Amino acid sequence: MSTVILVSLAVMALALCLAFVRLFRGPSLPDRVVALELFSSILVGIIGVIAIATDVPSLLDVAIVMALMAFMATIGFARFLERGGPRDD
Amino acid sequence: MTELIKGGLILAGSIFMFLAALGVARLPDLLTRMHATTKAATLGATLIMLAVAIHFAQVAVVARALGVILFILMTAPVAAHVIGRAGYFVGARLWGGTVKDELKPNYDPLTHELKSGMETEDNARRESGGADGS
Repeated sequence: MSTVILVSLAVMALALCLAFVRLFRGPSLPDRVVALELFSSILVGIIGVIAIATDVPSLLDVAIVMALMAFMATIGFARFLERGGPRDD
Repeated sequence: MTELIKGGLILAGSIFMFLAALGVARLPDLLTRMHATTKAATLGATLIMLAVAIHFAQVAVVARALGVILFILMTAPVAAHVIGRAGYFVGARLWGGTVKDELKPNYDPLTHELKSGMETEDNARRESGGADGS
């Protein structure tokens, strides 16, 4: 079981790196927002796996807050984009 | 047996997340990237939360894990719709191989006005007739 957890954590860390590449290169602000949303999804997965590895069910609350924050951030960014504030892509 | 199911779920979830990240890094434009992240990352988080529910097998934890799944399933499409709409409106460039952009003839980028594509003479007359009350 510990091998499975290590492998999945490694794969998800690699996924975080790939998402970071898009966050860094992303030609426009919406691309970066999509990468941030992917970040939070991957973090929810990582927190779940760590909760399994350490037998601490309270970590699920962190996952819930993470998902909530990502949703609010995406909605906020989208409102900001549609209103047409000052941008520096 | 439980260990086997749990390990399978964790591995499948992390591989789906990796595929989502690969898609977001490799695909050519905003909408195709969203196509990769929204579905694959949602499925990955769902599978891992199912593994958490199976691992702990207590009512409180299972309820919370199902709550996370429900929340992600409900918010991911909304967030994708909103950010895709905003991205189109601020003029994110589409991929060069895009075959059809059905929104383009119906959208005015200066006034941000959307038409439905149903503005025929008949409909206009019917609407103005309704406004007159005749």
